[in-house]
Amino acid sequence: MWVFRGLRDGVVTTRWPRRPDPYFGEWRGPATVISDGANDVEDLCPMRAIDTDASGRVRLDQGRCIQCGRCVEAAPDLFAWARDSGVAALTRTALVVPAETDETLAQVRERLRDRTRALGRSVHIRHVDAGSDGAEEWEVLALLNPVYDVHRLGIFFTASPRHADILLVTGAGTHGMAAPLRRTLDGTPDPKVVIAAGTDAVSGGMIAPSYATAPGIAEIVPVDVWVPGSPPSPFALLHAILLAIGRLP
Amino acid sequence: MRAEETYGAGTARVLAEEPGGEGRMWEKLLAKVGSGERFAGLHGTVRDGDGGLLLTAHVATDDDVEMLDVDLGGAGSYPALTPSLRAAFWYEREVHDLFGVVPEGHPRLDPLILPGGAYPRPGAGGMPERIEPDEHALPRHVAGPGVFTIPHGPVRSGVFESVEYLVETPGEDIPHLNVRPFYKHRGIEKRFEGLTVADGVLLAERVEGIASVAHALAYCHAIERMTGCVPPWPARLVRVLHAELERVANHLDVAMKLADAAGLAVATARFGWHKERVLRLVGRLCGNRFGRGVVVPGGVARLPEPVDLLGELGRLETGIERDARLLMDTSSFLDRLRRTGPLTCERAREHGALGPIARASGLAEDARTVRPYDAYDSLGALAPVHREEGDAMARLQVRWAEVTASFHLLRQVADELEKAGDGAVSVPVTDTNGRAVGWAEAPQGEVLYEVWIAGGRIVRCRPRPASFHNLALFHDVFTGDILTDFPFIEASFGVSIAGVAR
Repeated sequence: MWVFRGLRDGVVTTRWPRRPDPYFGEWRGPATVISDGANDVEDLCPMRAIDTDASGRVRLDQGRCIQCGRCVEAAPDLFAWARDSGVAALTRTALVVPAETDETLAQVRERLRDRTRALGRSVHIRHVDAGSDGAEEWEVLALLNPVYDVHRLGIFFTASPRHADILLVTGAGTHGMAAPLRRTLDGTPDPKVVIAAGTDAVSGGMIAPSYATAPGIAEIVPVDVWVPGSPPSPFALLHAILLAIGRLP
Repeated sequence: MRAEETYGAGTARVLAEEPGGEGRMWEKLLAKVGSGERFAGLHGTVRDGDGGLLLTAHVATDDDVEMLDVDLGGAGSYPALTPSLRAAFWYEREVHDLFGVVPEGHPRLDPLILPGGAYPRPGAGGMPERIEPDEHALPRHVAGPGVFTIPHGPVRSGVFESVEYLVETPGEDIPHLNVRPFYKHRGIEKRFEGLTVADGVLLAERVEGIASVAHALAYCHAIERMTGCVPPWPARLVRVLHAELERVANHLDVAMKLADAAGLAVATARFGWHKERVLRLVGRLCGNRFGRGVVVPGGVARLPEPVDLLGELGRLETGIERDARLLMDTSSFLDRLRRTGPLTCERAREHGALGPIARASGLAEDARTVRPYDAYDSLGALAPVHREEGDAMARLQVRWAEVTASFHLLRQVADELEKAGDGAVSVPVTDTNGRAVGWAEAPQGEVLYEVWIAGGRIVRCRPRPASFHNLALFHDVFTGDILTDFPFIEASFGVSIAGVAR
C-alpha cells in the first residue's frame, strides 16, 4: 500500500542547484543593509549586531542576527530582509554586510577547495548538537525529506565520525559539549570540514554570554563555513554544504 | 489576590511561609495534591537584597496556577519534599544543581542539569563563574553478573539533540536507565535576567525551539497578567493560529520519527513532506518557519500575510488524514507500538504527567480547556480525547486526535480572521512590575513561566517546559521492554532536550 502512496503526489523534490527554486529566495534570512548614512541605529538591534564604522557607514553583522526584524520595521529605508538562502560565508568577517572587498577570501576559498577536492561527488555528514534550541535539528533533518532529498546530490548523514567528511555543528557550544565535540572532531579523518550551522553556532546568538556556553563553536573547533540564521533554513544549510565542498554552480 | 477582571487568569495567588516553615508548607502542598490539585513544579530564586533563597512550588488548580513560597533564608539545607511527593524528584535535584542547597532525605541527589560544583544561583544578578561539567557525573545503579552499560550519546547516531541515556542492561531487557541531559545546559534562566520585557520574548522563543510559539505565549501571558492588559481579538486569533500549526508540525515530527524507527521509508518521507508543508505555510504567514517574532507582550507583531489559508488547510488536512489512516492500518508498525513503553494511569496521575503522554494514560487535562487563554474559550473545540492504555500506540492515537482537533480550530480561526478585518493587533504594555505565572499548552504539554519584573526589566524568569516534567517518567516506562523498543519509546515521548536542560 505504501508503494502506491509514495507515487501519489508525483515528484515533490526540488531541482536546486541545477534549476532555480522559488523557495530558495523566499526564505526570510538575516537582515541586510540597503543604504547608508544614519545615526543612532545601533540601539535598534537587541543583539547589538548593528554599528557604524569610522566613516559613518552602517554595518550589520549577520552572524549575530536572530531575524527579529526590529531594524527592518523601524528603518525600512536602511534595512531589509536578505531574501536569499545563500547566506553562508567562508570567513566570519564576510558575514558583516555590506561586505568589504577582501582578497583573503579568494585565498580561503582556494585553500578549502584544495582540501575538499578528494571528497568528490559523495560526502558524509556527521551532525553534532552543541547546545542548540532544537529547531536547528528540525531543519537539518528536513534535508532528508523528499522535498530536499540530499541523497540525490550524493550527500549522506552518517552515525560514525569515522565515516564523516563534514561536521555540521549546531548550538552555541555549551561547555558540556566541548569535550564530546572535540572528540568527534578528532575521530573524523582528514580532510574534514566544519560547518557552524546557525546564529548560535556562529556567535552564540541570544544564548551568549553565559556561564554555560562559549560564544559560538569556533572557540572549541576550527570552523570553515559559517551559516547565519536562527534557525537557518534547509536551503541555507544545503547551500553551506555545497559551498564547503566547492560544488556550488 | 486574584483579580477576576484581568485577562486569562489574574495574578497568581501566593501563599507564603516564613523561614523554618518548610514543614508546614509541604503539609499544605501535600494536602492540596491530595485533594486532586496537581503539583506543577518547584524552583528556587535568590532574593534581591539579603541573598536568601526562596523556594516556590507551583500547584495547578481548576482555574489557576498557585505559587507556594517558602523562605529558606540562608539555610544550606531543608527537609526534602520528594519522599512524600515523588513528582518533586527531578525538581529537587535541579534546585540542588543550581543553588547548592541540600534537600535532606532526598533519595538520590545525583546531578541532573548541571554537574559542575559551581552554583549559578538564578535571581542573584551578576554573571556566575564558568562551569566545567563533569562527564562522569552519574554512578551506575544496576550490578550483577553480565550487566553492562550502553551509553546512548551524547553524540547520538543520527540527527538528534545531545543527551546521554545510560542503558544498564544484562543484554536485552532494560532494567534501569539513567538520563544525563546536562550536556546541553545553556544557562537560559540567568540569561533572562536584565533583559527588557520586549527582549524577553525573543529568548523565550529559543528555550525550546520546536515549541517557540507556546513558550512565547506562556511568557507573554505572565506579563499580561501583571499589567492586566487584554490583547485585541485579532491578535488572540493569530496566536491560536500559530500555536495550532506548531502542534500539527510537532505531532507530524513524532509520527515521522516513529515511522523511521519502524523502517517505513515511504511513511517517513510522507510525514516529513507534510511537516515541511506546514513549516512553509507558517513561513508564508509570518516570515519565520517556526512562528518566531509573531507573539509579543500585549498582542502580536502583525496580522498574517494574505494567503489562501482555508484552501491550504484543507489540502494539508486531507493529505495528513489519509496517510495517518494508512499508518494506523499498517500492522507491522502497530505491532511495535502496542504495549511498548507503558505508563500506568496511577503513575501518570501521581506524577502529574503533561500533554499527549498524560492524555494517553487516562488524564484529560489540557490547559486550553481547563485554564483557557487567548481565543480558545471563544472557539468551538472538539471533545477532548484521552485513552487509558498508556503505551506508545495510545500516545500516537492521542496525537492524531489532536491534529484533527487542531484543524477544526484552525478553520474557525481562518473564518474569524476574515471577519475581523484590519484593526489594532496589540495594546501597549506599560508599567510592568511584579510577579506572575503564565501558561500555554505546547505540543509537548503545559509550559509554565514564572516571571518577576522590576522597572521594566526581568529579575527572574523561570520556564518550566513540559519536556522537563515528562522526561522524568522515562525511568518508569522501560519495564518489560528491550533495546530495540528504545527509539519508539523515545519518539513517542516527543520531548525536546533543549527544554529539559535549558
